[in-house]
Amino acid sequence: MQGYLSLLKIKRLPTTWCPGCGNGLVIKALIQVMESNNLNKKNTVIVSGIGCVGRTTGYLKLDSIHTLHGRAIPVAEGIKTANPKLNVFVVSGDGDLLAIGGNHLLHASRRKTNIKVICVNNRIYGMTGGQASPATPKKTVTTTTPKGNEFEEINTQAIVTSNKNFFARSTVFHLDHLKKMIKKSLENKDFSFIEVISNCYPGYGKKLGFTSNYEMLMDFKKKFENQKNKSILKKNELGFLK
Amino acid sequence: MKQKKQLIKGNHAIGKAAIEAGCNFYAGYPITPQNELTEYMAKHMRLNKRPFVQAESEVSAINMVFGAGAGDARAMTSSSSPGVSLKQEGISYIAGAELPCVIVNMVRGGPGLGNIAGAQSDYFQSTRGGGHGDYRLIVFGPNSVQELYDFTMKAFDYADKYRMPVMILGDGYLGQMMESYIPHKYEPIKNLPKKKWALTGCKGRKKNIVKTLYLTPENALEEHNLKLNEKYKKIQKEIQMYEKANADDGEIIVVSYGTASRVVKNVIEFFNKNSKKKIGMFRPISLWPFPATALRNLKCKKFLVVEMSMGQMIEDVKLALFGKKDVTVNLIKRPGGMIPTEDEIKDKIEKMIG
Repeated sequence: MQGYLSLLKIKRLPTTWCPGCGNGLVIKALIQVMESNNLNKKNTVIVSGIGCVGRTTGYLKLDSIHTLHGRAIPVAEGIKTANPKLNVFVVSGDGDLLAIGGNHLLHASRRKTNIKVICVNNRIYGMTGGQASPATPKKTVTTTTPKGNEFEEINTQAIVTSNKNFFARSTVFHLDHLKKMIKKSLENKDFSFIEVISNCYPGYGKKLGFTSNYEMLMDFKKKFENQKNKSILKKNELGFLK
Repeated sequence: MKQKKQLIKGNHAIGKAAIEAGCNFYAGYPITPQNELTEYMAKHMRLNKRPFVQAESEVSAINMVFGAGAGDARAMTSSSSPGVSLKQEGISYIAGAELPCVIVNMVRGGPGLGNIAGAQSDYFQSTRGGGHGDYRLIVFGPNSVQELYDFTMKAFDYADKYRMPVMILGDGYLGQMMESYIPHKYEPIKNLPKKKWALTGCKGRKKNIVKTLYLTPENALEEHNLKLNEKYKKIQKEIQMYEKANADDGEIIVVSYGTASRVVKNVIEFFNKNSKKKIGMFRPISLWPFPATALRNLKCKKFLVVEMSMGQMIEDVKLALFGKKDVTVNLIKRPGGMIPTEDEIKDKIEKMIG
């Protein structure tokens, strides 16, 4: 197993995240890929938006920028366009990237800017206490949908792939797969979007009847399967489209 | 029947007042420290069979309110500082188009993302208009849960009466605190005008146009601005709200609003009990229009402004006192979500007494 301490700010631990949160797993996977692919302090910048996942930038020993709510993608585009040699990662959540940042996602994917967007999708606004996000499934009870969410969840995959960009789906349970997907995205020179399904027990899982973060991870194990056809990626499948 | 005291959270009190005052459109977006208000509206608007929308951003929420207000809805949106900054373009359009709406800002520390503690650093933004162009908002600065409740009800009436956005300028502390309040029946102000300008379908009448673009003739926009200004002057005459204590014969007057004024109140009581020196207080409640005349009419020469910002209201205090002889204005400033302590205010007052 590779270490992942070189880029982690050990002094800042423990993180502000709840025990069992998937965000830590995403950091681990990201750092391990960075180490194996020679992405380092010299050539890599990390960008995040607002929300729980947005705090990621603070735990990495890389030049990082904590941006406005929803605006991580345009800030990343600015960095990449002005300095194309840099590898630019965006790490943020579903509320940030898909709701308030939805328009920017649309246009960055149209421009095909070579940035890697890692969207940690816990299907809820975790930091503000569990409001519905665009990724919250229909009928889910949240603090802003007390009688169940009346809308369908957003189809991010369709948005990203409509411009023939790289889209991958993984979960925080399938760490090796997640690393593979991040590596795959590095081969791609266009806009890349990796949706990482994550767990938020206090904000989301609790209301669905789960009793712990562990149970939520086990649920990912049960629900998701590997992609069967290279040209199709179903909602419950792990894999990528290019 | 006289209502009994009840315990309620500040954010919930606003939601309750809004629903009682007939708010029939609400759009919001999550941001701490006002989430409880959005959540309250999600539940209670539905129970009252009125529309609630969780928008995809603050920008979307204010523009939904623009649309709802252009109809004949009593529309409201709420947010906290960074979110209210996002709303500014929409607020400018709503003010320019002369539409009513209520905006709640539960201020948090800034600039940028800042933190999530209550602050008073959005005073300039709120009282100067906030967005682009020459316009104003009616701004109330309540300092208790009871006042959050009372002024939210009033806000809807003033918005309809003057056809302009009204802002409740609270802060994170007021939104989050639980306090007793006495609920009361909503009583609208008299002679509220009918909304003849609203977009409700123009069959049988001349069509209504809602717009903020004035290109021709050359002075069309100037005329529009002058018309708005006439309205603002009228409001300045009609709305002048403040609270004062020992203000007419106080040796030093402490000026503060909102959460800061709660600390000041305790200090004034302390001096009342323990000192021969008379210390007074002046608390603007309507922050725009600022109760300048009432402040200027005080005989006192020494003023102390206490703010949870780097000093913003102090400019209005100085403007109100401009040209008066031998007047000094001191400042206690605690930015970034900090609350001034009673001790630091007492120390400053004692120094000023000399």
